[in-house]
Amino acid sequence: MSEHPERTANIWREAALVAGKDLRIEARARVAVGQILPFGLIVILLFAFALDPDRGVLARVAPGLFWVAVLLAMLLAVGRAFAIETHHGARDGLRMTGLDGGAIFLGKAAAIAVQLALLEIVLGMGVIVLYGVDVHGIGVVLLTAAAATIGLAATGTLYGVLAAGLRMRETLLPLLLLPVIAPVMLGATRAFEDGLDGVPGDAWPWVGMLGVFAVIYTTIGVMAFGALWEEAA
Amino acid sequence: MSDGNDQTTVRDELLAPVVRKVVGVTAAISLVALALFGLWGAPPDAVQGDAQRVMYLHVPSAWLAYLAFFVTAASSALFLWKRTRAEVWDRLAGASAELGVMFTALALVLGSIWGRPVWGFWWAWDARLVSTALLFFLFLGYCALRRVPAADPVGAAKRNAIAALIAFVDVPIVHFSVEWWRTLHQKATVFSPELNPQIHGVMALTLWIGTIAFTLLYVYLLDRRYRLAVLEEGHAERELEHAIAERVGAGRSVVA
Repeated sequence: MSEHPERTANIWREAALVAGKDLRIEARARVAVGQILPFGLIVILLFAFALDPDRGVLARVAPGLFWVAVLLAMLLAVGRAFAIETHHGARDGLRMTGLDGGAIFLGKAAAIAVQLALLEIVLGMGVIVLYGVDVHGIGVVLLTAAAATIGLAATGTLYGVLAAGLRMRETLLPLLLLPVIAPVMLGATRAFEDGLDGVPGDAWPWVGMLGVFAVIYTTIGVMAFGALWEEAA
Repeated sequence: MSDGNDQTTVRDELLAPVVRKVVGVTAAISLVALALFGLWGAPPDAVQGDAQRVMYLHVPSAWLAYLAFFVTAASSALFLWKRTRAEVWDRLAGASAELGVMFTALALVLGSIWGRPVWGFWWAWDARLVSTALLFFLFLGYCALRRVPAADPVGAAKRNAIAALIAFVDVPIVHFSVEWWRTLHQKATVFSPELNPQIHGVMALTLWIGTIAFTLLYVYLLDRRYRLAVLEEGHAERELEHAIAERVGAGRSVVA
């Protein structure tokens, strides 16, 4: 929410600063690569134990399993994105910088989106190799993943700050977040089914839905983040 | 952080005592009427038999769930808007959400009980069932968020109001995405666009009695839950005052 026109131009620069900060912390601490990514991979493995590892079954349900794994790993990534603000007065420091609330939102969401994208690439390769999936419509798959990732990062950041600083946030976050992103899970899975094994052209309504979801929650995030960020204890 | 114009007007009762009494009594009378009409007055359904009678509870429950969540969203918006900000909207939003979750659960359970004999299964992956289940979890999460103790009541109320609106925005998205996915549920009967309900007159009457009875019950429970919220806040405040008084007392005795 920028009252002054000249602030609007700065929003992107400020967002890039925040995203850079979060990604730099990630690059040094390696929590995403060292913990969240392996967690996603073990989920992919566990699905194969739960279902008949007969390749036919796994390949058929691969899109849904892929997105469930992404969603679960995402919960960790969101928790982590706000955990890094809790130590050494980092949250107060970020508040004192005077950065726009919307810019902080965009920056944190972008950092989460980058991590999710990396996660999706690795998990996608895991699914292709382990479940024996063939990719027919690569364009549809990539666009679906991009739209879904933006939507997930936006809702994740929004609910991350909502729960930040609260007691019981670790248990509250999944309950708050998962019902909201259920449409993303649904849309992305259907679009992947069309893109992997079906008619890629059938996926476009779903990709559109994912795009609308991403736009709505990014807009809400830019508008509401400032107020929530101030309230976060 | 509470800014200066966070005016919080005190309103300890939602309804005037007379209004509450009238609503409570008419709710009780209409519930009895619903039981009489639903069990004996209305004829059994030509196809579904007596199982259809569950509808007299299921349909009003579903209607109330939507009404309650709408009230939550509207109250939250009124709280966030600075010119109308008042504690009353925060309490109303919380009270209505709890009732909404209860009525949603009731609608799901009753629908399931009805579905077993009529459809032949407890649950179907039908659009309206799935979106209702998601609605249940959306606002269950909101209620859980409200229960988290907070140091700053106005800040917490703002956060809760934003959370309610974020959840409410998701409702149409959930609805349409699930609608595309699959559809099996009965089409709306009473509120059908042709305005020509294709059901027996007494059956329609019973459905209307049910809707009115449940709406009155909702208003009554809303008032009671609101009062409970006021009492809870008062209790917390008194506990705090008590603790401060004890501290001060202890300090004095040390000085003495």
